Amino acid sequence: QPEVRLKPATFGSKGIPLCIYCCIAAVCHRFLLCASGDAVHVYSTSTEERVHVLQGHVDLVTGLRLNSSNHLQVYSCSLDGTVKLWDFTDGILIKTYIVGHKIFSLYVSKFHEGTVFIILPMESSAFQLVALHLPKTTGPEVEARDILSVLRDVSPIPKATSFGRGGEFVASASGLQLSVYFFRKQKTYRFSLKANDKKGARNRFTCVASHPNDDCIATGHEDGKIRLWRNFSQKKEYTYSTEHWHHSAVNALHFTPEGTELLSGGVESVLVLWRYGAGSKKDFVPRLGSAIEHISVSPDGSLYCTSHKDNKIVVMKSSRDISAIIQGLVKGETIRTDLLIDPRTKALVCNGKPGHLQFFSLRHDKQLYNLDIVQQEYIHEAGLHQCEVTKAAIDAQGSWLATVEERQENPEELDIILKLWAYDESTQSFHLNTSISMAHEGQISAMCFSGDAEATMLVTTGRDGHFKAWLLADHPDGASWSCDYVGSYHRREPTRCCFSADGSLLAVGFGEVVTVWSPSTWELLVTFSQPPGDIRDLCFGRLSCSKYLLGTTTKNLLCCWNLLTCSLEWSSTVDVILLQPDPLSENMAAFSRASGSTDLFVFKPSEPRPLFSQKAVCSGTVRRAVFAPREEVLEGCDESTQWLSCSRLYFLTEHMVSPGLIICSPDSASLLQLVIDDSVAVTPFYLLLGKHRKSQRETQDSVSSHTAARIQLPQGSPAIRELLHTPAHVLPSASFLCNMFVNSLLISKSGEEMGSEEEEEAEEQESEGEMEASVSAQGPAVQGFQTEPTPQLSKAQERELRKLQKADFSWLSSLLDS
Amino acid sequence: MASYKATRIPSFPRLGEKVTQDTLYWRNYKTPVQIKEFGAVTKIDFSPLSPHNYAVTASTRIHIYGPYSQEPVKSFTRFKDTAYSGTFRSDGQLLVAGSEEALIRLFDVSGRVALREYTGHSKAVHFTDFSADRFHILSGSDDYTCRLWDIPSSAEVSRYSEHTDYVRCGTPSRLNPDVFITGSYDHTVKVFDSRKERSVMTMDHGQPVESVLLFPSEGLLVSAGGRYVKVWDMLKGGQVLVSLKNHHKTVTCLCMSSTGQRLLSGSLDRHVKVYSTTTYKVVHNFDYAASILSIALAPNDDSIIAGMTNGVLSVKHKKHPEDRKMVGGTSRHRPAYRVFVKGKNYMPKQDDFLVRKREKAHLKQYDKELKRFQVSKALDSVLKPHVRLKTPEVTVAVIQELNRRGTLKNALAGRDEKGLSILLSFLIRNVVDSRFAPILLTVAEMVLDIYMKVVGQSAVVDKQILKLQELVEKEIDYQQELMEVLGMMDTLFATMTAKKEAAALQSRAANGLVEVRGGQDQMVKAT
Repeated sequence: QPEVRLKPATFGSKGIPLCIYCCIAAVCHRFLLCASGDAVHVYSTSTEERVHVLQGHVDLVTGLRLNSSNHLQVYSCSLDGTVKLWDFTDGILIKTYIVGHKIFSLYVSKFHEGTVFIILPMESSAFQLVALHLPKTTGPEVEARDILSVLRDVSPIPKATSFGRGGEFVASASGLQLSVYFFRKQKTYRFSLKANDKKGARNRFTCVASHPNDDCIATGHEDGKIRLWRNFSQKKEYTYSTEHWHHSAVNALHFTPEGTELLSGGVESVLVLWRYGAGSKKDFVPRLGSAIEHISVSPDGSLYCTSHKDNKIVVMKSSRDISAIIQGLVKGETIRTDLLIDPRTKALVCNGKPGHLQFFSLRHDKQLYNLDIVQQEYIHEAGLHQCEVTKAAIDAQGSWLATVEERQENPEELDIILKLWAYDESTQSFHLNTSISMAHEGQISAMCFSGDAEATMLVTTGRDGHFKAWLLADHPDGASWSCDYVGSYHRREPTRCCFSADGSLLAVGFGEVVTVWSPSTWELLVTFSQPPGDIRDLCFGRLSCSKYLLGTTTKNLLCCWNLLTCSLEWSSTVDVILLQPDPLSENMAAFSRASGSTDLFVFKPSEPRPLFSQKAVCSGTVRRAVFAPREEVLEGCDESTQWLSCSRLYFLTEHMVSPGLIICSPDSASLLQLVIDDSVAVTPFYLLLGKHRKSQRETQDSVSSHTAARIQLPQGSPAIRELLHTPAHVLPSASFLCNMFVNSLLISKSGEEMGSEEEEEAEEQESEGEMEASVSAQGPAVQGFQTEPTPQLSKAQERELRKLQKADFSWLSSLLDS
Repeated sequence: MASYKATRIPSFPRLGEKVTQDTLYWRNYKTPVQIKEFGAVTKIDFSPLSPHNYAVTASTRIHIYGPYSQEPVKSFTRFKDTAYSGTFRSDGQLLVAGSEEALIRLFDVSGRVALREYTGHSKAVHFTDFSADRFHILSGSDDYTCRLWDIPSSAEVSRYSEHTDYVRCGTPSRLNPDVFITGSYDHTVKVFDSRKERSVMTMDHGQPVESVLLFPSEGLLVSAGGRYVKVWDMLKGGQVLVSLKNHHKTVTCLCMSSTGQRLLSGSLDRHVKVYSTTTYKVVHNFDYAASILSIALAPNDDSIIAGMTNGVLSVKHKKHPEDRKMVGGTSRHRPAYRVFVKGKNYMPKQDDFLVRKREKAHLKQYDKELKRFQVSKALDSVLKPHVRLKTPEVTVAVIQELNRRGTLKNALAGRDEKGLSILLSFLIRNVVDSRFAPILLTVAEMVLDIYMKVVGQSAVVDKQILKLQELVEKEIDYQQELMEVLGMMDTLFATMTAKKEAAALQSRAANGLVEVRGGQDQMVKAT
């Protein structure tokens, strides 16, 4: 049958320079080329606009070099084992050379016409630099097998190899060794450094650059030193001089085409321009915003270009004026905030630069702006505790933004600041309205805005066992937020909170209990509990399903409660880690964990079967997800992709560097059914009352009735244990329960029951096997029965018990019914 | 690109009263002029004629002061016993006063001797005033009566003896010459019409009435007595509109601001409260040195005059903007206007290439040092006397920033005796301030760690360290006591709420809880 498989694709392949993997090796006067994912992007250096996307590779593009004989062409190499030649002004693929091995880097030398140098893996996890002769045969695809090894044991990093002085030699650094190969002499010289010296230097090489017309090699080191090597054509009498400005590793080195300046950059985010031959004279371009990863210079030397760790390319003129900034989605160290959608701009909001929130337009693949949350000077230093934005929430109208920033130096000293930002129409940006330090005594675990348009309310839950409601209060000198209510529940720690769509109900998860409050009166309306297992995620249904409340527990249970009847509508044993409602429809996405990968289910709360499900949608655990509305509703979707017609689902995995984007495309895959289990939760009440109820039902439910019939072991039995482990608030007062329970045990013997005893024994043994099979569908509580070793009982005791089994507990249900 | 971000100085919400328009208005008075009278000042009345002299009744005299004079312009001293209620007529020509001798005297403001004496009351007359038609005098007396007198013939026109206790206050209607209102110690306020034999309206204040006041529209009446100020709606037949209880001792006098927007009440608790007449909320409060017996506002609120039981008359004049100009105008010669606009008003032509000067961000001294990572110098710059004494929050913010950067210890270390003593004195001053305590305790610990070796070398430092220790110990004791009190209160609250909750539970047990559990039983089976 036709099935649909969603293809999760990284942002990069959709054309966002999310991951500038390698180098912006090629900068010509007007265009800037950068490799991103499996595509090469061509940008205009003056307008920052993307001109072309060169697509054709099927794996990560690893190298990019301008063709030395034709400056309108560029070579690119990729892990898919091909080298491609492009005309980047028109965006046309000219030729593909098939190598057949993974290519890790690519170099072009002006004096080696018809040859490119590539780095290939060797057999034993080492790499070698080889010369690849490009055959002159015509045709779009050419096999290139003419490979000549140049240097062995090189580093696969593109920065660590450099061609010097008109291609006479090639220098490559790997670990603590610098190798120089002279083409004319066909000889390799190797120079080694010690790993450490007395002063604590770390001499490992990080990058290499060669002077264009002088015999000089510059190398960068881990401790921030730059060494200039000379006279390296001899084995013994080589010299080097050392310059030291960077405080940590030199990430990139580059000579200008005339060789007058050496550019270096590192984590300090300062571009240092060393004057060649003038000792340690240098200029700086400071405050570039983030660590410099690569440096590139245009062939005419008029433009410098730096790529940064926060997914940014800065283009500056040789006069050091910045002319363009191309900014992609900032990859923070860790994205700790939820993924949010700004209702006004439909932009994705999440952690960006340290202490900032970024607003990234998914429609235009462009960063709109960065919002400085922490408002402190960022000091980069190893071991320094930074102030991080850990939570963010935007209200439904997009007029208020709440952020939580946190800095913990040691367990006792915790700094938490809750900030509320108002949207300013005139500046089209958020402005700080209220700053509340130490809003909670512990960390803030969850935060949400109510959907009510008139009176916006913010609820935060903290590790200090309280949840707090914040309201906008009017003051003569401008409105500001203040605490309206502090709530707690039996000193438990709240973990999740969630408002219903109309803002009339607030659900707060306290451990294993869900409490539902009325925000207008702050009255506790109902509590739900599905022990064991703490609440992991909570969420209300939307639109026609707004009467449902969904929760997932840590013990593999997805529950759906009906708020009108205050009962459990359905539940299912799925290990759901994340629930994400679609704001435009009733649909809900649930991510569940399964052996190293994550499964995705989409369902409506009203019916307990998935609309769509897919196994192993990505590897690793999904951390955050968000539905982003589409600009226009997608027409002509088939049934299983209907849920994607008005919004897209974006999600972020645990160790993925880039968020994944779900796009739908038909593909054959097995559909995974959401396992719906038809058993009810086994609570002590069920154990007491279930039997009576069951007998009124059809006998088809024999399995359940047997479980009910097996539960009168007086002590140490699961029933008693269950009774003890159930939260006390779910039970009536102990005196009430105990008294009646004990009374009911005092039923006198009757003769007829003795007679039927043996029959029953046989019956029970029969059903034993049946039960074995059915238990898996019974939910976690029932599974406990199997593992419990049955206590050894004497015959007399057994008889006594069997009698008890016959005892009618209907009194209790009738009591409750009344 | 990103520029240096200045250190953020956290602002703390200011406790206490908020600055409103009213506080600004009522604070705009000069320091009070104190005039000593011979006895308690019972009545102050402004002349309706410019220059608005005022008559002050105190002891056996009535003094008339000019608006800015501290010496009386005129005095009436012919009373044999205490004088009461010296009041100007609406033309400012005549003055009437009652007295302890049961006499009412009428004076010409320019003369000395009484023009007329009205005899008839048998006891002290505490309240006298002119009627709106200027031809009659009203009086209220301790003989429980109030009377109406004809001025030229000094004959009693009518007498009302409905009150059952001393009549101590009253006011004539400004719009109707026949109507007047009296307040008495029998707790009632009565409205009389001279055309009628009996009172036309009676309101029960609930306390001995000390003062009554009519709004300019005369639709509302204010009465003061006991701790209460009550506003009555005359048009609704004397219904109480609002009852104000803002003083904690007897309210003795009432007064209306010139616009009729604000009501002032003075009390024996030494406060004068200003109410808004739209919301009847207290918008401002004046403190005085002694219990207040009388208060008056000059036309246009130009001055506030309060008379007190200790015989002191406090006169506050309004500050005028021209006064300030007088002071500042001559002190410095400023550069001319054209110095500032020089070159600024040049409009660039179409082909001009505009070269802008780069805007220079002005950083504070400590920010400059922090930008250069000069941590000790940054700390030094905020430990200068004018910073650490006037704005300790700046010092603390910089310390916090240093702590965030992990360089606080470096900044604190390496100080000489003088530097250390400055640091310690700052700690002693601020360590118990709840805003600064968390970070300053860390600083104190660090200082002790760093300078442990040099303890005993300097007497000054040793003394300060001992003082700091004493301070911290005292603070710990305070905190402990507070926690104990909090614990006691918690137990009290807990017993209160437990009762309430139990009641609520009982009522809910029947529906709510059972509903939940019943619901779980009815769990729907999904096939």
